Amino acid sequence: MEYIIIVISAVFVNNIVLAQFLGICPFLGVSNKTETAFGMGASVLFVMTLATIVTYLVQVFVLVPLNLAFLQTISFILIIAALVQMLEIILKKVSPTLYQALGIYLPLITTNCAVMGVAILVIKKDFNLTESVVFAVANAIGFALALVIFSGIREQLALADVPKGMKGIPIALVTAGILALAFMGFAGLV
Amino acid sequence: MNQVNNFTKGFFRENPILVLLLGTCPTLAVTSSAINGLGMGLATTFVLFMSNVFISMIKGFVPDKVRIPAFVVVIASFVTVVDLLMQAYTPALSKQLGIFIPLIVVNCIVLGRAEAFAAKNNILSSAIDGLGMGLGFAMALVILGGIREMLGAGSLFGYKFIAESADGILVFILAPGAFITLGFLIAILRKLNKTS
Repeated sequence: MEYIIIVISAVFVNNIVLAQFLGICPFLGVSNKTETAFGMGASVLFVMTLATIVTYLVQVFVLVPLNLAFLQTISFILIIAALVQMLEIILKKVSPTLYQALGIYLPLITTNCAVMGVAILVIKKDFNLTESVVFAVANAIGFALALVIFSGIREQLALADVPKGMKGIPIALVTAGILALAFMGFAGLV
Repeated sequence: MNQVNNFTKGFFRENPILVLLLGTCPTLAVTSSAINGLGMGLATTFVLFMSNVFISMIKGFVPDKVRIPAFVVVIASFVTVVDLLMQAYTPALSKQLGIFIPLIVVNCIVLGRAEAFAAKNNILSSAIDGLGMGLGFAMALVILGGIREMLGAGSLFGYKFIAESADGILVFILAPGAFITLGFLIAILRKLNKTS
């Protein structure tokens, strides 16, 4: 039951993109086509879950026992960067098809603040390992959901007659605002 | 003259938020009031300035292949410094900004300036560039935060200018207002840029 609440809250109520403002760059950057949105969503799911597990273990078994919690920011960013690199190398060897599908998105993910944000959030919220994994997966699904919905709207928007000054990013931001407004309807759910 | 230009480019011509659209996550998240925007802006300015100076100093003896990780470590160190300082001296603001302080480390502006400017220029130019870019970022945050606070709460920097019992348009302080306000702000700026 507790896990279901975490999932619903992370996917709908406190959606990572639309309510918590994490991962806006890829949200605006790769949302022109639904297909690329799926690819990015899948990559984030992969990396976010792995990164959260690794950073959680490092925090609990290395940083806290050694009284080095102040090194959290430095160590987390290095872990995430190293993880993404490793993943890229491993995927290239083990599964070229998956690499083809996710490859171009992987380097972008290092600077995706959503991954780092979730890693810090699970520490801040005092989750245990299972809760952290559930939280990471749910947030990644929330990210992918917002991205896919948004890309669908933007594909339609490309055909619409938008005032000249609003073309491109401004109209995309206003659209995201209305989408966020719609997601606020879930507020009373949990 | 060149240095003046170097300083002012961050405000308008290459404003990181309004023109280059870098660092949108903290921009949207912390601008629910002008004060929060200012706090975040100054924290980022400090990190940008220090990391630009430091990276410009060490650029000579960092091997090209490991330059990005080296830059990231430098940036992360200064972010940790800011984070701890703010926790100690401005605990209320630090709580308000929450995880967005440690997340300055993944703000594309900081690494972007390090890679595009500090790694190629001398210390003085890099320092000026970092300061200008940081203050340009802070300025955009304060403008955005100010507009949202005025519309959403009827106040500016905490001083309420509408009737005590009246409410603002709440949605502008909440998440959707952030997207919509930034969208219109960029559109207006584009229009102004074109006519001038």
